[in-house]
Parts: sequence; structure tokens; C-alpha cells
Amino acid sequence: MYENRDGIMIGLEVHVQLNRLKTKVFCGCTTDYHNDPPNSHVCPVCLGLPGALPVINKKAVEAAIKVGLALNCRVEEHTQFYRKNYYYPDLPKGFQITQYDFPISSGGYIIIEGEDGEHRVGITRAHMEEDPGRLVHEGTIDKSKYTLIDYNRSGMALLEIVSDPDMRSPKEARRYLDKLRNIVEYLDIFDGDLEGALRVDANISIMGGQRAEIKNISSHKGAEKALLFEIVRQKNVIRRGGIVVQETRHFDEAREITLSMRSKEEAHDYRYFPEPDLVPLKISGWAPAIKATLPELPDARRMRFVEEYGITDDHARALTSELKLAIFYEDVAEKADPRTAAVWVCDVLKGELNYRDMTIEAFKKEHMLSIIELLVSKKITEDGAVEIIRALLDKGGSPEEIVKEKSLLKVEGDIVSIAAAEAIKENPGAVADYNSGKEKALNSLVGAVMKKTKGRADARTAREILLGKLR
Amino acid sequence: MATINELKESMHSGSSEEIVAEYLERIEKSKLNAFITVAKESAINRAREIDSKGEKGMFSGIPIAIKDNISTKGIQTTCASKILSGYVPPYDAHVIERLKEAGAIIIGKTNMDEFAMGTSTETSFYGPTRNPWDMERVPGGSSGGSAAAVAGGEAPFSLGSDTGGSVRCPASFCGIVGLKPTYGVISRYGLISYANSLEQIGSFATCVRDVTMLFDVIAGHDSRDSTSVDRIDTHLDARTYASALVNDVKGLKIGVPEEYFDEGTDKGVENSVRDAINTLEELGAKSQIVMMPHTKYALSAYYIIAMSEASSNLARFDGMRYGLRTEDSDWHTTFSQVRAAGFGDEVKRRIMLGTYALSAGYHDRYYLKALKIRTLIKQDFELAFKDVDVLIAPTMPYPAFKIGEKIDDPISLYLSDVDTVPVNLAGVPSISVPCGFSGGLPIGMQIIGKHFDEAAILRTAFTFEENTDFHNKTPEGM
Amino acid sequence: MITKKDLEHIGWLARLELSDDEKEKYTPKLNSVLDYFNELDEVDTEGVEPTYHVLQLYNVFRDDEPGIGSITQEEALSNAPKKQDEFFKAPRMM
Ligand SMILES: [Zn+2]
Repeated sequence: MYENRDGIMIGLEVHVQLNRLKTKVFCGCTTDYHNDPPNSHVCPVCLGLPGALPVINKKAVEAAIKVGLALNCRVEEHTQFYRKNYYYPDLPKGFQITQYDFPISSGGYIIIEGEDGEHRVGITRAHMEEDPGRLVHEGTIDKSKYTLIDYNRSGMALLEIVSDPDMRSPKEARRYLDKLRNIVEYLDIFDGDLEGALRVDANISIMGGQRAEIKNISSHKGAEKALLFEIVRQKNVIRRGGIVVQETRHFDEAREITLSMRSKEEAHDYRYFPEPDLVPLKISGWAPAIKATLPELPDARRMRFVEEYGITDDHARALTSELKLAIFYEDVAEKADPRTAAVWVCDVLKGELNYRDMTIEAFKKEHMLSIIELLVSKKITEDGAVEIIRALLDKGGSPEEIVKEKSLLKVEGDIVSIAAAEAIKENPGAVADYNSGKEKALNSLVGAVMKKTKGRADARTAREILLGKLR
Repeated sequence: MATINELKESMHSGSSEEIVAEYLERIEKSKLNAFITVAKESAINRAREIDSKGEKGMFSGIPIAIKDNISTKGIQTTCASKILSGYVPPYDAHVIERLKEAGAIIIGKTNMDEFAMGTSTETSFYGPTRNPWDMERVPGGSSGGSAAAVAGGEAPFSLGSDTGGSVRCPASFCGIVGLKPTYGVISRYGLISYANSLEQIGSFATCVRDVTMLFDVIAGHDSRDSTSVDRIDTHLDARTYASALVNDVKGLKIGVPEEYFDEGTDKGVENSVRDAINTLEELGAKSQIVMMPHTKYALSAYYIIAMSEASSNLARFDGMRYGLRTEDSDWHTTFSQVRAAGFGDEVKRRIMLGTYALSAGYHDRYYLKALKIRTLIKQDFELAFKDVDVLIAPTMPYPAFKIGEKIDDPISLYLSDVDTVPVNLAGVPSISVPCGFSGGLPIGMQIIGKHFDEAAILRTAFTFEENTDFHNKTPEGM
Repeated sequence: MITKKDLEHIGWLARLELSDDEKEKYTPKLNSVLDYFNELDEVDTEGVEPTYHVLQLYNVFRDDEPGIGSITQEEALSNAPKKQDEFFKAPRMM
């Protein structure tokens, strides 16, 4: 049982951009703006021009229902949009169209890998809203002399997914974010690699105190860092005999600290009322139909991997933690031994990718199949295989080219035998040690053989030949 | 004053350019201040183009005046506010697209109460518009410029918008015809919102036929307005509203809501409207008294809803993307200063009252309560329409008042709308037609119909017009 | 009854900077309108549903097809009182 000694309660509000849709949520502007100049994908609606009116993108509603179902939520039969009245330069109408009473889905949960095994995090609600534009400050928000606005992002469909305060550590918060991102990617409505795709506000309290809301978190790592900082800050306040006040804080990603945003803005009164330019939705009957089309979700796929491919649960979990990785693995496992494939994709390739901050898209599955084939037919050594993977990631090319270029083909037995004989002759000390019972001395002789064969010998073969000669 | 069909006729021998030039000249000489922007150059160019191509649209070559809260691509659209001075929309409202397709030529943008908030066209940043019947009097509002332009012969027809009577009131004060259709029949795309759930674009002309022809061109479903409906929903049998213009009211059941003739109603107005009902009875209609007990509360409910929606609609005017900008300090302060400098008194009052009505602690008492009253008003209409086909009542309780007479007393100004606002709360259609004079000033009566039953009110109005002479009177010197 | 202090709060909520003169002027006028609105208190609306939309419309959607209604960057920026490069320019935030 995990002992939450500081009484940490973390709840997250995650804004997921439905960026796989073709158009924004209330207008026909494209969602494909990431490589284009500012303010080049706008219209009277998303620019908030006087007289423009919103119309709901049907696919956005369907995507929202998908997410609700995947998060085990109740999808409401009656839902509608409200105006949330507040002012910020990124908000072109002076209000945000969002949901308030009657959100599209609520009351769900997801299971994460918690501090003490599986841990259930409640989903309070998941509601639809529109994304504001993007602000550019010169330097930091508090020092910048002006603010630049790009409305290309304005009006992108967002889902705000609000969790219950069920997370008990920054690590759990990060796991929750990983899991959530994984689920929405599986649903094919979200591409997490695009800028601004997922944004997080975190609520955290400790020891039953007031909670602070941390805004401007843009990565999972950032969330963990912001929360770690905030726990220390709140503990220090309490240790000095102070009281943690309820407030909004801004996460400064560069400095990894949170800053108080206390100002007049704090006096919020959003004056919610139903958006008169949109009509209510009656979507009873939609959920069952959409449920029938839901793809396999991460947990189900993980169980299937264990059953179907006979791999370990740890491997299955790691392989299903990212949709693209899972697809990559399955494609390889179809044509090669699934267990060998699991080891090489999960333990080796994934590690090399992480080290380079690369994603699975950087590696071709045909290459993985060739490498496994070379290994299984004993043409290369395991060290050689690792070398091929590294070379492919760093320089490109094909496994065959790299094998040739680096002469990685395993060498024949007599060459190993000659190298072993030389190694014995050149290292009398090690031989003496071995003969006097120090078995570890054999390792240095194996190392010498490997060096002579430039790593192309199989270590096990070298060891066997050495043993034969020393006997 | 020439009707649309007369203008079309005259184009056979003359040209669109001549017609446009004639109206432009009248606008230039006018003292009414009916226009904020005159689109002289583009109007003449377009007329020449039509003349040379010989286009044959419904309104080809005929000039039209547009209220300045309807977005016109390339022509300044100000809502009669300083805050939008110089704003040139990069897009056309749906109704403008329709008019352009029909060949109409936009001759200018008309004066109005700032953001359509008023009953007199006195709150315009560009000065008041005058009533062609008496230059010392208001033309009504908020579409006062559009009505005065038509009554003064500066445009053959025009568009306005009606949130709480803003088409019918000036039609009544200026002695012309004004139609407010059922909510949803005309797309609001491009109409700069004052109170979204109440307003509709409406049409002005000197006779019922012209108003109907204009309505025929601009009505219909638009996928860009979620509250817009298809005409197949209507009670209309034939393909056009013009087909409803039959000189016959035999068997028509008229309801007379006594609540609309209360003690605040001018005697001359009451007598004219009752005489008009008699005229229709002589033509074969039957009238009966109907009860609409919640009428008394319509005014408060209307103002609370309109102001609440307006407070949110007008939040976009922050001086960042368009409109007035004052000197920069921090963002929130600049925002407040832009609005302080850009909005007039009445707009500020309504934004503040609307903000208050929606704010924490007051939302249920004002905003929600008003919406519940709206339900009761709507039920009053539904009940009345079980027994009758149309309702007839005064459009305004009195004829045009003097400029400056009511402007400093909001309540007395708001009270002028007592007979027009219930229609907007219920979303039903209503047309105001001239039905008499009091002290030399025109009087209008409104004919109110069921949802989507524009055909009934148009036929009633047309029959009345065919059998009376009020619409033929024009202001002296016009 | 709203006080001058209430009015200041409303002015802030509505982002309308009010001069002292305006505060003096608006307070009684707003109160007279609110007094008038208070007549609604006498109507019993127990059990009455609010009417947000007069027409019983629901489920009005748009297809997820791009390209309708977009304007050019030049048009988008054409009315901006202040711009910098291809951005709208707003004042500093703090
Ligand atoms: Zn757009």
C-alpha cells in the first residue's frame, strides 16, 4: 500500500486538440496550419469579425463521444454550448464557446500504473470547446513590451478532460498524462507530435490545504517538474507557519518554477449563458453506434499481445504505450519470431530511440526484419545487431550496407581458433590465473579474441574454443 | 415615389446609371442624414456594368440602401459607432450575397441607433436622422436611416434589422411598409449582433409588394447560420411569398389584443387602427378580442435578454483586430479605454446592465427570470393563434416624437417599444403598414402572424393597401 | 439598488473605464431601469421552463470539409489598428 505522507492531491485539466479533424470546430478553416505563416488560416468566424456565426463540426462531436467512451464516461443524450465571458487578446470574441451545464460526457475513469500498482483516476468530465489563438511575447510574459497574436490556432476543436484529484505524486500525474495521450492517439483523433496539441493545467494541494492551479504546462515532463516544484513550495510555506492560498500560478518552463499570477484577473465572473447562435444537441443513439466503431484500446491490446505473441506483460505494456510503436511491433511480429521481435524492438530499439530523442517513425520495420533475420541465421552477432541499429539511426542506409561497410558478418571458426591461440600465447598471466582457479580470467582472454576479430566473433564460440585449448 | 416594378419598367427606355444617379443626387441634396456612407463610385460603376451587360436579375440595376449593421465587403460598416469607424468588412452578409446575385446595387449604408440600441436613431455617433414628415422629429429606430431614406425618396427600398421593433417602429413613424419575418427565416450571417436570439433582418419599401419582392430574394436557409431554417418549413404553398399577395381577406380571423391599446396609446393611433380593422371586416374578415395577459411584462423581459446578450456580443470590440484603438498601456487597461472612448452612453448603459443581469448572484433573478417570462409571452401567442389567423395592433403607441424629447430618460424611451417587443420574444412575423395620420404624422398598424405564416400577414397587408390610400401619401417636398 | 462601488465592479467586469462624472451619471439611471425590471418579481414563474430559442431546433451541423469562407492573410490584417510583421499587435500583458 502506498503511503501518501504529504497528503498530495493532484487533479489535471488536460486540453486535447482534435488536430486530426480537417477543419476547426465552428468554421471551415483548415487545421493544417503548423508550417504556414501566422494569420493565414482564418475566416470571419475564428477571427471574431462582427456578424460571423459559428456552426458545429459534426466530426468534432463524434470525436468527443469517442473520447468519452474510451474514458469510460457516460455520454449525455442532451448537450449544449455556453459562452464563457472573459477577456484575453488570444480570444477574438471576448468570450469562449465551451460547455458548462450538460457537458457531452462525464463520470469516467482510467487505470494508470500508480505508486503501488494499478491505480484508478476518476474523470470528472470531458467537454468540448474552442481553442484561443497563439500569443507571442518578446522574452517573458511579464517583461514583454507588447504581445503578438496569431489566430491560426483560434477555433481549433479542443476537448477539456478534467480529472478527479486522484493522483498522489507528480510521477502518477505524468503516468496519467502518458496514458491519456496514448488513449486519444489510439482513437485516431489526435497527433501528439504537433505543437500545442496537448496542454495541461494542474491543481495541487497538500496536507488538506488550499489548492494552487498551475497553468501553461505544455509537456508531460513539464507537468512533473511543475508539480515537484509546487510541492516543495507549498511544504516550505507550511513549514514557515504560513498558509497556502488558493491562486493561479504560471509555470515558467525555462526556469522550472511556478510564479504567482495574482492580479485583478483573479476576480473571475464568467457569466456563463447558453450560446444563442448554436442550437442544442440531442445525441441519444449516437453513442452505441460510435462504440461499435471504437478501435482496440491500449489495455486490450496489451492483453492480446501477451496471449497472442507469448511475450511478457512488461514487454506488452511497453510496446502498447504508444500506438505507433505497437503497430510497428505487430508488423514485425507477423513475419518474425514475436519474442525475439519484442526483445529487439522494446529493449534495444526503443532505448536507442529514447537516447536520441527520436520516435519510432525514424526506423523502418523492413530493417528490423532484416536484422532479426541476420541474427536468427547467425550471420551477425548481437553486438553487431546493436551496431547496425545505431548506424541506421545516426547515418541511415540499409542493414546490408552497414554489414558490408563495417564487416560485421560473423567470422569463421578457424579464424577464431587462430585468434584464441594467439590470445593464449600473448597473455600468459591470464592463463596462469585461470589455471590457478580464477575463472574470471577467462573473460579477459575472450575480450582479447574479440579485439583480434574486431568483434565479429561470437563471444560464446570464442569462450568454448578457449576452454578447449586451455584444458 | 417609384415602385420597384416602375423602376424596372423605366429601365427599358433608360438605364440603371440614370436611376442610380438620380437617387445619388437626392441623397446629396438631402438634410435627413439618412446615410452614414454613400457608395457613390462603386454604385455607378456597378450600374454601368449592368447596363453594358444587360443583366436580367430580379433587381438588376436597382439601388438599395443597407442598414449599417449589415456587413458589406469593401464598404465601411460602422453600426453607427465610433468604435467601428473605418471598419471595412472583408466579407458580405448572406443577404448581401443574395441581393448582389439578384443584381441590386448597394447605394449606401444607412444611419441607425448605435449598435441598434434605440428607438429614435438619436444615439448614432454620426448624428440623428430626421423624419421626412417633420424635420424636428425622429424617424424612429433603430433602423431610422433605412426608413427615412425610403420615405424621403433616397432609395426605393432598403434593409433594416428588427430586434425589438427596429424595422416596424421606423416604418410606422415614416409612413412606409416594414416587415420583420419569423425568427430564422433570413440568415443572420453578417448581421452584427445586438441580441442574437431576438433579431431578424427586415425589409422596407413604400408598398407591400416591394417589401415582399425583397423578402423573397433574401429569405431562405443558409448553412452558415445554425438558427436559420429552410423555407420548406413554411406554410407557403407556392414558391414565392409574392404569390401570397391576393386582394382577399374573406373569412380571415383577426385577433385584437386589448392589452396593446392601453392608456398610454395616443387616441389618434387607437382610432386609426380600429378603423383599419373595420375596413378589413368590411372586406370580409372577422375580428375578435384576444387575451394576452403577459404583455405587460414583455418590455422588462425583452430588455433584460437583449442587454445580457449584447454585453457578451460587444465584448469583441477590443481594438485589436479592427476598430478604434487608443494609446497602449497594459492590455486590460487599454481594452477598457478603447471601449470608454468608442461606445456612446446608451451602449455603455446596456452593456453594464446586461453584465449585471448575467453576473454571479443576479443571473437567476434577471436573466433566467426574463427567459421564463419569455415562455409565458410565447404561450400567450400560441393560445391566441388557436382562434385567429392574424393579430392586429398599433405598431407604436404614438406617432414620431421630437428629437431630444426622450433621449435623456431611458425608461420613457424603452416604453415606446411596448407594442413591438412581444413579437420578438415569441419570434413570430409582423408587418407594419400605414393606416392613418395623427396631427399630420403617419401612423402604422402591425399585422402579426404565426411562426412561418408570413403569407397570412402579407395577404392581409396587401388587401388593406389595395383598398385604402394611406400608402400613397408622401411627405411634402419629397 | 446598485451603489457607485457596484458600478465600478460592473465597469471592470465589462471593461468600460468610467470617469467620476460617468459614475455619478450612470448610477441613478441604471437604478431606475433596474427598479422597472423589478416588476418581474410579481410574476409567478414556478415550474416555467426558460425559452432560450424560440424555434425548437437541434442538431445543426457542418461537414468536416475545409475551404469554405476562409479569407486571406492580407484581408485578415486589413483592419488591424496595429500590426507587426504578420501578427496583430496587442499591448503588453502586465
Ligand atoms: Zn475560421
